[in-house]
Amino acid sequence: MDQPLKPALPAHSSKPSSGSSVTLTRIIVTAIMLVVGILFLLPFIWMLSASFKTEADVFQYPVQWIPHTWNAIENYRTVWFGDPPFILYYWNSIKVSVMTILLSVAASAMAAYAFSKIKFPGRDTLFVIVLLTFMIPGQALLVPQFIMYRSLGLFDTHIGLVLLESFSALGTFMLRQAFMSIHTEFIESAKIDGAGHARIFMQIALPLVQPFIATYAILRFIWTWNDYQAPLIFLRSPELFTVQLGINRFADATGEYYSLIMAGTCSAILPLLIVFLVAQKHVIGGIALGGVKG
Amino acid sequence: MDRSTSASSSSRLSRSRSWWSMTAKETLAGYLFAAPMLLGLTVFILIPMISLFFISLTKWNFIQGLSGVEMVGLDNFRHLFQDKTFFVSMFNNLKLLLAVPVALFLSLVIAIVVDELVYFKGFFKIIYFMPYISSIVAVAIVFQILFHPSQGPINGFLMSLGIENPPKWLADPTYALPSIMLIIIWTSIGFNMIVYLAGLQAIPKDLYEAAEIDGASKWRQFAAITVPMLSPTTFFLLITGVIYSFKTFDLIAVLTQGGPAKSTNVMVYEIYDQAFVNLKMGYAAAESVFLFAVILLITVLQFWGQKKWVNY
Repeated sequence: MDQPLKPALPAHSSKPSSGSSVTLTRIIVTAIMLVVGILFLLPFIWMLSASFKTEADVFQYPVQWIPHTWNAIENYRTVWFGDPPFILYYWNSIKVSVMTILLSVAASAMAAYAFSKIKFPGRDTLFVIVLLTFMIPGQALLVPQFIMYRSLGLFDTHIGLVLLESFSALGTFMLRQAFMSIHTEFIESAKIDGAGHARIFMQIALPLVQPFIATYAILRFIWTWNDYQAPLIFLRSPELFTVQLGINRFADATGEYYSLIMAGTCSAILPLLIVFLVAQKHVIGGIALGGVKG
Repeated sequence: MDRSTSASSSSRLSRSRSWWSMTAKETLAGYLFAAPMLLGLTVFILIPMISLFFISLTKWNFIQGLSGVEMVGLDNFRHLFQDKTFFVSMFNNLKLLLAVPVALFLSLVIAIVVDELVYFKGFFKIIYFMPYISSIVAVAIVFQILFHPSQGPINGFLMSLGIENPPKWLADPTYALPSIMLIIIWTSIGFNMIVYLAGLQAIPKDLYEAAEIDGASKWRQFAAITVPMLSPTTFFLLITGVIYSFKTFDLIAVLTQGGPAKSTNVMVYEIYDQAFVNLKMGYAAAESVFLFAVILLITVLQFWGQKKWVNY
C-alpha cells in the first residue's frame, strides 16, 4: 500500500519533487541493501558451492567460490538416492513439523486469547507460570524428560517428538501480545450482541491477529524442522529419523563427507524457503487492522 | 439498539444470579481455552523442572540408574558458590547479552527499510531471513571455515586490505566470544525482522495518514507512531532475545566447546559438561536451578520495567 513518501532529502536534490528524487532514494537504498544482502548471504553461498564440489576441494584454501571441478550431480544423487534413505527422513520431518504446527498454533492461540481477553481467577499467576517454563534451557530438562518418556512409552515415537515440541511458552507469549493490542471495544460490542468467547475468538480475534499467527506458524515450522537435539535424544529407530539426523549420516569409514553434508543441508533448507515464500505472501496479502471506523 | 445485559434486569436476585453465571461462564471459558497449553506445559516441562529441584539435592551418576541416587542436601549449592569456572561462565553470559539490543536495533532498521524504502520487497525479506532458517550445525561448520585465522576468506579479505595481523577470531580468547556474538546477531536478525514486519503491518494506516495531514515529518511519524505502536513487539523480542542468549548451546558446542581458555564457556555449556561429561547430574541440576533463577530475575526486571515504556 503506497503512502505518499516525503523524500528523505538526499544531499544532491534541491527540490523535493515527489517524482524523481523518491525513485532515486529508493534505487540507492535498494542497491545498498543488495550489497549488504550479498555479504549477509556469504555463508550460504559457501554452503551451496561446497555442495557442488568434490570432497577434496571443499576445504581448499583460498576458497573456490566457483568450483573448479563440478561434482554437483554426483553429490546430490548420492544424497537423494543413496543410502541412507534421505527421502524417508524428509517425509518424517514433514510429518513431525506439520503435526507440531497444528497442535502448537491451536494450543497457543487459545491460551493467548484466554490470558489476554478473558477474565478468570488465577489468570495472571498462570501466565507467569507459563513464562517460567520458557526460562529453563532444554539441555537441563533432558534427563528427567528422557526418563519420563521411557516410562510413558513415548520414547522413539513421532508423537512423542510432536508433543515435546508443541508446548512452548513462546507462542502463547507472542500471541498474547498480539491479542492485547486489539482494542477491547471489539470484544465488548460482540459480547453485547450475545456472542460467546468461542465465536469472538474464531470470528473476531483470530482474524485480527493473522499476521502474528502466520509468523508464529512459520517460526514453529523452522524450529521443528531444524531441531537436532530432540530427535537425537528421543528417537532411536533409523526409520523414524528426521532430516537433521539424516544429514549427519553422510559419513563413511574414513570420516564425514562435508560435500554431501552440505548438499543435504541445502536440500533441507528448500522446504523452509518455500514455506516462507508462500506464507509471507499471505502475511503481505493484507489485513487492514482498520481500527474502529467512525 | 436493545441492550440486554444483566444490569437492566430489575430484580436484585436475578441480577446477582446472572452475574454469577456470567462470571462462572467467563472462568470456565478461561480455563477451557488455556487448558491444552497448560496441560502440555505441565506434563512436559513443569514436571521435569520440579524434578530438577529434587535432583539438585542429590549426588547422582544417572548411568547407574535410580539406584545411584545419593541425597546430599545443599552441598551442591555450597560448592556452586565457590566454583570460579561457573562464575566465569555466568560473566560470559552477561557479555553475550549485549548481542541482543544490537540485533534488535539492526533488525528494526532493516525491517523498516525493507517495508518501505526498497524495490523487490519480497526478495529482500527472503535474503535477510535466510540466516535464520539454516540449521545451527551447518551454520557452525560454515563459520568455522569463514573465520579460519590464516586461510579463511574473512581474514584473507582483511589482509588484502593491508591489515597485517587480523584477529584470530574463534581461536583467540579475546575475540572468540565476540565472534560468537556476531554469528548470533547474524542469525537472529531474520527472526526479529520478521516479527517486526508483522508488527509494522498491524499498525493502522490511518494513523500515518492523519499525521501526514497534520504535516508531521517522516522522522516525527517514526518517533510518535511507529516506535510506540511497536513497543509490545520490541518488548516481546527483548525478552525472548535475552532468554535465547542464555540458552545458546549448539553453536558453542560445535565451534569452541567453551574455549579457548574458557572464554566462550557459558552456563548452559557448564551444565552440559557437568551432566554428560563428568556425569555429575546432581551438581548440574544445581547449576540449572541457579541459571533458572538468574533468567527469572532478569525477566522479572524486564516485566516490571514494561510499565514504563510499553503501550498497549
